[in-house]
Amino acid sequence: MFEKTGVPSEKLVKSRFPNERYLNSFKAITECYEEIPCNPCETSCPFDAIEVGIDINTPPRVDFDLCTGCGICVYSCPGLAIINVMLEDDDAIFRIPYEFLPIPEVGMKVKGVNRFGEDICDGEILKVKEGKLQDKTIVLTLKIPKEYLYDFVTIRRLT
Amino acid sequence: MRKVDFVIIGGGPAGLSAAHKAAEAGLSSVVIERDDKVGGQLVKQTHMFFGSKKQYAKTRGIDIANILIGHCKAHDDLIEIMTNTTVTGLYDDYILTLLTDDVYHKIEAKAILVASGASEKFMLFENNDLPGIYGAGAVQTLMNVYGVLPGEEVVMVGSGNIGLIVSYQLLQAGVRVKMVIEAASQIGGYKVHASKIKRLGVDILTNHTVKRAIGDDTLQKVEIVEVDDQWNMIEGTEKIIECDALCISVGLSPLSTILGMLPVKMKYVGKLGGNVPVIDYHHETTMNNIFVAGDVCGVEEASSAIVEGSIAGLFIANRLGYKHPEYEKEMNDLTQQLENLRSGPFGVKTVEGLRELRGENDV
Amino acid sequence: MRIERHPILNFDVKKKVFFTYNGKRVFGNEGDTIASALHALGVRKLSESIEKHRPRGFYCAIGNCASCNMIVNGKPNVRTCVTKLEEGMVVAEQHGKGVLYEKS
Repeated sequence: MFEKTGVPSEKLVKSRFPNERYLNSFKAITECYEEIPCNPCETSCPFDAIEVGIDINTPPRVDFDLCTGCGICVYSCPGLAIINVMLEDDDAIFRIPYEFLPIPEVGMKVKGVNRFGEDICDGEILKVKEGKLQDKTIVLTLKIPKEYLYDFVTIRRLT
Repeated sequence: MRKVDFVIIGGGPAGLSAAHKAAEAGLSSVVIERDDKVGGQLVKQTHMFFGSKKQYAKTRGIDIANILIGHCKAHDDLIEIMTNTTVTGLYDDYILTLLTDDVYHKIEAKAILVASGASEKFMLFENNDLPGIYGAGAVQTLMNVYGVLPGEEVVMVGSGNIGLIVSYQLLQAGVRVKMVIEAASQIGGYKVHASKIKRLGVDILTNHTVKRAIGDDTLQKVEIVEVDDQWNMIEGTEKIIECDALCISVGLSPLSTILGMLPVKMKYVGKLGGNVPVIDYHHETTMNNIFVAGDVCGVEEASSAIVEGSIAGLFIANRLGYKHPEYEKEMNDLTQQLENLRSGPFGVKTVEGLRELRGENDV
Repeated sequence: MRIERHPILNFDVKKKVFFTYNGKRVFGNEGDTIASALHALGVRKLSESIEKHRPRGFYCAIGNCASCNMIVNGKPNVRTCVTKLEEGMVVAEQHGKGVLYEKS
């Protein structure tokens, strides 16, 4: 399935999430399941929370005790395959990389999209972060209903 | 006739890296580039690169081009870059004939590095010559260098990294990518690239190919068809897709034809993309002081081309009497980098191809 | 069709470069190649195949495939995908192999 469509299975997705008790603050979710030669997630993490190792083909592993949810990995991953998430009351709050125009504004209502590219829920933009270090990869913070924790991956592009 | 030490044919990632490393060792070089700018195909790569820090991972291709150009400019006392210059002749007495715009001249070198890159493969189907059918690289050039859109609705053929990345770049430019079709039963490129376009609403159809293109003076529609795992078309599964551009991304082959002018031994190695020169571990061909680096000796990523060029530059400098102050350390490090880039499942093809090239599979 | 806004790249407004295409006065942008300027104007057919007169556009855009050859300032077989557009250029669709010089 994954090999044919690019959509990882639910099991695969969940394998990158920590136990929900970790999610009272942002944690890095690395959706990188394949052995590809790449390690900027590891080298960009200031807290040594992401490990790839000497063989840069090894998929990243996150130490959720060390991960502070700083968000640097979100814009450092060349595959745009890292998101941050935390839970707050009934919301799941995500940080996602975004490389399209127009850029959403804070307070804007957006559509949450799953890994199939389908609209699944409503969301609200909480923060828009762009900076020189991010090199044109915008990081959007937004909230969606908690029940879509494992389904949500990005937002519907604005036109 | 002008006599120089080291001539590099091609100012892409491999060529520029070779010039830089050679200059670090003290060897001067002349880089010959047919385009009006150096940087090769990096100049149109808007995405962040993979690999590790040493190959400028997480830096966008366009910026890597500028870094490599910067390295060469820092040694402009040793590195001469000749743009708008095409090599028209390459002789076995180490003389090259060149055409700069319309001016013909000759140059003699002690060592030559051919870093001419690769060219896009084409595909056989009815009406495959209709305007509106482009190579994926052409679409990138048009879009990312000249800011011109290839069309409004595009069908991408091929799900290797280039097909997936260019699909994403088309979306960024505001083009609708109707689908990516792939004749194989699995996605060819990195899954992170595939997932990235799938969540943006682009379906990847495996076991599908193009049957014919439809249009009068330009492309209007394509007919796609399902194929079985042996790539036979399955009758009755044809579908007509409206689109005004078809983007072909079915791989690259080494642009090694220039080597045909020299008595170097060539070999067809499918796993390396086509006809490649037989080389040793230092990228030297069967002819003394004729070297190759980058895609011309096996199609890979730009990261590998950078490392291969650096290795060749170091080695050639040493051969001509300019030993890099940290030659052993640099060489070991670069060799290690190359091994690392190729050690995963996506590097298997290259590793096997190189083994075949060196005849290590022959019993 | 030109890209007006792009999340990664900057396409600043450039100077117009006027040229003649098949007898018509048209313009492209400074920095364009002949082929990119024509494409932006919606022109995709650049030449015809020699024997069957099938329409041809560019394929590779980096000077490899020769599918974009046109007659430029009277000179045939110019690879328009790698030839920079210049003010006042006379560009025409090429039919046949092209004549290098007229017999006197």
